[in-house]
Order: sequence, then structure tokens, then C-alpha cells
Amino acid sequence: MNVNPTPAPLTARVRTLLFHRRVLFGIPFAWLLLFFLLPFALILKISLTSAVMAIPPYEPVFRLAENTLSVVVNFGNYLFLLSDSLYVAAYWGSVKTALISTIACLLIGYPMAYAMARAPKHWQLVLLLLVMLPSWTSFLIRVYAWMGILGNQGLLNSLLLWLGLIDEPLKMLNTNFAVILGITYAYLPFMVLPIFTNLVKLDLRLLEAASDLGCRSITTFWAITLPLSKAGILAGCMLVFIPAVGEFVIPELLGGPDTLMIGKVLWEEFFNNRDWPVASALAIVMLALLLVPIILFHRFQSREMSKNG
Amino acid sequence: MVNARGISFSKVMLILGLLFLYLPMFVLIVYSFNASRLVSVWAGFSTHWYSALFEDQQILSAVWMSLKIAFYSASMAMCLGTLCAFVITRFKRMRGRTLLSGMITAPLVMPEVITGLSLLLLFVQLAELTGWPADRGMVTIWIAHTTFCSAYVAVVVSARLQEVDHSIEEAAMDLGCTPLKTFFVVTLPVIAPALVSGWLLAFTLSLDDLVIASFVSGPGSTTLPMVVFSSVRMGISPKINALATLIILTVSLVAFIAWYVMRRNEKRRRSGRLS
Repeated sequence: MNVNPTPAPLTARVRTLLFHRRVLFGIPFAWLLLFFLLPFALILKISLTSAVMAIPPYEPVFRLAENTLSVVVNFGNYLFLLSDSLYVAAYWGSVKTALISTIACLLIGYPMAYAMARAPKHWQLVLLLLVMLPSWTSFLIRVYAWMGILGNQGLLNSLLLWLGLIDEPLKMLNTNFAVILGITYAYLPFMVLPIFTNLVKLDLRLLEAASDLGCRSITTFWAITLPLSKAGILAGCMLVFIPAVGEFVIPELLGGPDTLMIGKVLWEEFFNNRDWPVASALAIVMLALLLVPIILFHRFQSREMSKNG
Repeated sequence: MVNARGISFSKVMLILGLLFLYLPMFVLIVYSFNASRLVSVWAGFSTHWYSALFEDQQILSAVWMSLKIAFYSASMAMCLGTLCAFVITRFKRMRGRTLLSGMITAPLVMPEVITGLSLLLLFVQLAELTGWPADRGMVTIWIAHTTFCSAYVAVVVSARLQEVDHSIEEAAMDLGCTPLKTFFVVTLPVIAPALVSGWLLAFTLSLDDLVIASFVSGPGSTTLPMVVFSSVRMGISPKINALATLIILTVSLVAFIAWYVMRRNEKRRRSGRLS
């Protein structure tokens, strides 16, 4: 559509065509500019105000009084985040939890994706549907399921007691272990999917060549399969890690009072303390932490979206 | 790992992984039929919690609200996401294309608390400046859901658009088709399955969202995840087990139908190629 086979002068028809294209492009562009990008500028703005008891609960940045426009910028929220060890601990806790969960997802998800990609063709679709199906049911309910399993009187403890492996119930619910388990469980399909789509495209002749040349299968895997599936691994890790850092539902339902994660802290600042400026500053710092992973993911994704198109 | 016939490590992991994914859901289904409130006690088979669920007016009205929002969000996201995918895969040299592709991929991974907070701040500021939206509720949730669901639709549709043979579109236009007609007559029928799966994906995402909806909703617009969340926060609730079972069964049924249709199409395509 963008290749014009006959180089002709800009006739009226071509001009309307270009105009139509610009309109087509403009609709999603304007929507996303307004409802995705502009809001980030607003978070940044609100994070530089101070909280007041009012509706909305923050002071204006620009004030016009007696013909003078004054700009009031308050860096206090950021200094407050740095000075209170709670917030630093929450950021560290989020990154650590997300990192461990991502590694767990990769260790479970990679072999799963590998087996799926090597399965007979007519099985692949079934297996893919089976892996993705849980993610189409409710996320909230899948996390909730673990509450019944991990609780002190839950299924797992009852089972272990009945087997005689433990004498008293293990405390599993409301611990960091439960949060990591929950994130791994909830995000596993998003790790498997990109690795599978990557591995399924792998040219099998490369593996045959390696084996013909006397490569052992394990060497072939390390030397050929794994490096060639790097893009899929990266995409999967980003799809798990980035949302997991800001996760709120899982630490809220499965975590305990000592589970410090930034998504939960932000939620509490906003809904319980009604401190919008501090919540905004928390979001900005989180965004800054996630900027590099988001850019990495974007580069992968835009390559996927504009391949040979 | 390459051992094709025997039981390899990766096959074992696949089976264990699937068990890991399905056992918790299976437990929920089984316990939705438990007469007792407690998870550790099996007090006999009962459908009591299902009748309790259908008498709960709060849950029923939240289900209706969520279904409405999901329907409108999925429909709008399908249009917007397809448009996005189309301009990104077809208009290679358009100014602003890089920014657009950035804005469409970022919502895929953006933590929900950030998206929710940022949209709420936008709605508050808009209401201050223009008087709209006066109340937050269904419309604001619809806008929020449309925005992040469009990203998922764009990914699904652009994958399909890349497979479409470009030369057919060009041939249609060389023969005098307008670009609009070319899109509806040539491109759309080919990408229709992707539109359907994009719509379904957007529908489930919207139906499931708790965090973003909590930020941008107002009084009187409580969606299903909000009701579920406030009740499971208190602990195990057998009514929620019953609800979970119904959700899991519905999704499985739709997935089964989708699989059946895909398999039939695949078979038809294969036999068409052979003859």
C-alpha cells in the first residue's frame, strides 16, 4: 500500500489518499496520546505537589494570582521516599520477589515450551490452548485458589499432617514464599507462550546438521537451541518481571504483614492515606526502575510487529 | 532433551507444569460442591453454594455490570487495536510511527497500579478543566479497559497481518479498488479469525481487571472482580468457589469451541490443498 508502482505527480486522488492515511493513523495515535501518554505527564506533575485536605487532594502547581504566575514545585515527596526506609525496602522487596519468580517461571516454562515445540503438529495447538487457558479464566480467582491450599488448615497442610511428614501445620500462607509461588503460578503462561512461538520456528535442519557432525544432544541444546531462542526468553522474562514488580493482588492476598512490595504500598498510600502526591512519586520511581526492561521489551515487540510486513 | 521417543526431561516438565497449572483450579471446582465451609473438611456433596450464589443480588448486579463493560471495551479495543496494527504494519514511513508503536506495546507490561493511578489523575484533571467526566463509573472504566485491551488486540492482529500476502492487496488496488474497499473485501476476511480471538482476549481481560477498575471507578459502579476481591480478602468463601467453577467451565467451553473450529478449518485447508 505504501509502494506506488507508477511515479506520478501528486494528483488530487493521491492527495486524498494521503489525507485518508493521515486520518487513519491519527485516530489511534490521538487516543493513546490522550489516554496513555498524557496521564504519565500528570503523574509527574502531581508527584511534585504537596498533599492537602481538599478535592482533589493536592495543591496546584501553577498559581495565577494578581497577574503573576507562580510555579510551585515540591520535591519533598521524593526526599520523603528516600528518607523512609519502608519505601526503599519495598522497592528492593518488589525487585527481589519479581526476579526470583521470573527465574522460577523460566526454569519451569522453558522445558514446557521445549516439549511443546517438539510435540507432533496436531498436539501443539491442544497443548498451547491448555497452557493459555488458565490465563483466560480469572487471575483473581487463580490467586485465591492458593489461599485454600496454603492456609494453616488448608489442603497442603492437611495432606502433610495426614502423611505424618509434619506434626504441626507449616505457616505457608501470608509469607514471601506464598507470594513468589503465586506470581510464578499466575505468570507461567506468559513465559511459555513467547518461548514456544520462538522454538517452534527453529530450523530443525540445524539440529540435524549438528547431530550429523557428531554433536551430543546436550551440546546441541547449549550451542544451538538455547542461543537461538534468546529473543523468546527475553520477551518471556520481561512479560513476567515488569508486571510482577508492580503486582498488588498477589502480595495482598498471599503475602503477610512483612511482605513489602511497592504495588501494595502505592495502593495503601492512595486508597488508605489518600496521599495522591506520594502515590504519584512512588509510581514515577517505579517507572524509572522499569524503564530499561520496558525499552528492551518494546524493542523485541516492535521487531515482532514489523517483521516482513 | 532431544531424545524423541523416550521419556525426556522436558516432557516430564510439561506434564508437571500442566499439573501445577490445573490442580489449584481443580481443587476450587471440587470444593465448590463441599457442604462444609472449611477446606480441610469434606462434609458431603452439595449444590448449596450455587443456589446461594444466584440469590446474591450484589454479585449478580456486578456480573451484569462487568459483562456490559467487557462487551463495550472489547468491541472498541477490537476496532482501535486493528487500526493500530494496520497502520504500524502498513505505513512504514509515517511520521510518529515509532511513538505509536511504543504507546501500543507499553500497556502490555505496564504495572496495573501505574496505569490505574495515571488514568484516574487524567480523569480528575479533565473534570476540573472541562467538566467531563462529571462522575467516574462505567464510561471511565470503559475508556481505561479499551486502552490497555487495544494493545493485546494489536499484537494478535499484527501477527496475522504479517502473514497476509501483500500482493493481493496491491492487485486489488491496481484493478481500481479504493483502499477502503480493498481493506473490507480483501484484508478483512483474511484477518477475521485474529479479530475474533483479539475480541475474546480483550473481553476476558476486561472482565478480569481489578486494579485499574478500582482506581477509575466511582460509587455505584462495582465490577465483579471488586466484589470478589472484597469477599476473598476476608478469607475463603464457598460462594466464590461456586463462581470460580462457573467461570472456569465457561472459559473451557469457549476454548474447546475455538479449538474445534480451528481444527476443522485446518483440516479443510489441508484437504483443499491435496485435491
